[in-house]
Amino acid sequence: MKALARKWLPAYAGLYVIFLYLPILLLPIFSVNASPIPQFPLTGITTKWYRDLPKTPALIDAAWNSLIVGVAAAVLSTVLGICAARAVTRYRFPGRRPIQGLIMAPLVLPEIIIAISMLLILLSLGLSLSLFTVVLGHVLICIPYSITVLVSGFEGFDRSLEEASADLGETAFGTFRRVTLPMVAPAIISSLLVSFTISLDEFIMAFFLAGTETTLPIYIWGQLRFAAKLPGVLALGTLMLAASILMLTFAEAASARRTPHR
Amino acid sequence: MTVAAEVPSASASVRSNARPLLQSEAARGLALISPTLAYALVLLLVPIIVVIAYSFWTQNYLTIDRSFTLENYRVALTEPIYRDLLMRSLGISLVVSVATVLFAYPIAYYISFHGGRHKNLWLFLITIPFWSSYLLRVMSWKVILGYNGVLNSGLMGLGIIDEPSTALLYNSTAVVITLTHAWAVFAILPIYVSLEKVDRTLIEAAKDLGDGPVRSFLRVTLPLSMPGVISALLIVMIPTVGDFVTPRLVGGKDGVMIANAIQAQFGKAANWPLGAALSVTTMVVVTAMAAACVLLLRGAMRLGR
Repeated sequence: MKALARKWLPAYAGLYVIFLYLPILLLPIFSVNASPIPQFPLTGITTKWYRDLPKTPALIDAAWNSLIVGVAAAVLSTVLGICAARAVTRYRFPGRRPIQGLIMAPLVLPEIIIAISMLLILLSLGLSLSLFTVVLGHVLICIPYSITVLVSGFEGFDRSLEEASADLGETAFGTFRRVTLPMVAPAIISSLLVSFTISLDEFIMAFFLAGTETTLPIYIWGQLRFAAKLPGVLALGTLMLAASILMLTFAEAASARRTPHR
Repeated sequence: MTVAAEVPSASASVRSNARPLLQSEAARGLALISPTLAYALVLLLVPIIVVIAYSFWTQNYLTIDRSFTLENYRVALTEPIYRDLLMRSLGISLVVSVATVLFAYPIAYYISFHGGRHKNLWLFLITIPFWSSYLLRVMSWKVILGYNGVLNSGLMGLGIIDEPSTALLYNSTAVVITLTHAWAVFAILPIYVSLEKVDRTLIEAAKDLGDGPVRSFLRVTLPLSMPGVISALLIVMIPTVGDFVTPRLVGGKDGVMIANAIQAQFGKAANWPLGAALSVTTMVVVTAMAAACVLLLRGAMRLGR
C-alpha cells in the first residue's frame, strides 16, 4: 500500500487531471483552427472566429441579457445568503435544521425538477416568462453556494470584537457597518463572484424560464444544431471560460486574504 | 438585568428574564433567516407541492381537470416507453455515481494524505474545469468521442485500432463518460473533507498494533471516510437522473433519458399532468435507489468490521 501510494497515486492523479482538463483544453485549441471541423491535425491558425463574434447581433443581445441576469442573481442571492448565513452562525432558533435543509435542497435536487416546478407555478399565476423569471430561478440555485461561501466567512471571525464594539457604545447598525462588514467583505465578494459565474453558465433553468429571451447558454444551445457554427461557439466558449477562471481566481484570492499564512 | 440581580428576590426575576431572552434570540434568528426561507418556500416548496397536485389531475387540451386520478401514474409506470426510459435513467445514474466515486476516491486520498502544502492549490486545480460552461464540456466530449474525433484519431495514430470506432459516441457509454467527468468535483470534495477529518493517530495506532498498510486502510481510513463516500454518491446520483442535455447531445437514440421525456411533456407534447407524474415518479424511485445504496454500504461496513 505504501509503495502503491508513493508510486502510483501521483501518476493516477496526473492522469485524472488530464481527464478533467482534456475537454476544457480542446475549446481554445479548436477555436483558433482554420478549418471549421474540429479535428487533428489543425489546418492552420486563425482569429477569424473571434473576429466574427462581435458581428453577430443575436450574440451581443444574449451577452447583455446574461450580464443583467448574472448581476441581478449574484446581488439577490448574496443578500439572501447573508441573511441565512448570519442567522445560522449567530443565533440558535427552533427549526434551524429543516429550514436549512429546505434552503440548501436545490444542491441535491435534479435541476429539471426545480425548473418545471417553477415553470408550473409561474404560468399558473399568469406571470409571463422573461429575464426576470430567469433571475428568480438562478437566485434559487445560487443561494446554497452563497450560503456555503458566506458561512465559512462568518464562522471565521471573533465575536468578541462585535461585543466590544457594542460595549463601547456603537449601535447595532454601526457595529455591523464598522466591525462586521469589513471582516466579512472578502466572503461577500467571493459569494458575488461565485453566484455570477453559476448564473452565467446555467442552462436548464434559463431554458425553461426564459420564454422568448436568450441568455448566452441558450444562444449556444441554439447554435449547436449547426455544425458550421461550431467554431464560433468554441471561440465564445473560450472567452466565457477565461471570464469564469478570472472571476474564480479573484474569489479564491479574496477568501485567501481572510485566512493569511496558514 | 443588573438592577434585577441586586434586588433580594433576584433569582425568581432572573429566571423569568431568561425565557424572554432565549425567545428573543430565537425570534431574531428566525427573523433574520425569514427572507431566505420565504424565498425557498414560495419558489421551491410550494411549486413542488403544486407539481405533486398536478400529477393527480388531467389535461384536456388547454383546460386542467382537477378531479383526482391515478391515470398519469398508470401511464408513467406501465407504458413501456416511460418504464424503459426510467429504468435506463436509473441504470445510468447508478453506474455514473459508482464510477465517479471510485475514480474520485484515490484523488481525494492523494490530496488529503500526500497533498502537503499544496492542498489548496490541488483543490483549486480540480474545481476549475467544473466552472466552465456545462454545455460546452458536453460539446467537447462530442468532439473527443466522435467518428473523426480526437480519441479515434489518437488511437489510430498509435496503431491500436485500424479504423475509427463508432462505439464511442451516441450511446449510453458516451453519456456515462460525459457525466462522470461533469460530476467529478462533487464526488472529490465531500470525500476529501471526510478524509481530512480522519484522525491520523488512529492509522498510526493500527500500524503500531501490527496492521499492514492495506488492512489499516480497510479497517480505519475507509470506514472513517464512509460519510464522505455516501454523500458523494447521493450528490451525484440524484441530480444525474434528471439530466437532459448530455443525453440529447451525446446519447443518440440509446442514450435518451427520462428527463428528455419530462421536457417533452412540458414542451411540444404539452401534457403537464403527465410530465408532473413522471417527475414525481422519478424523484421517488431515485430516492429509494439512493436509500438502498446507503443501507447496502452501511451493511457492508458493519460486516467488514
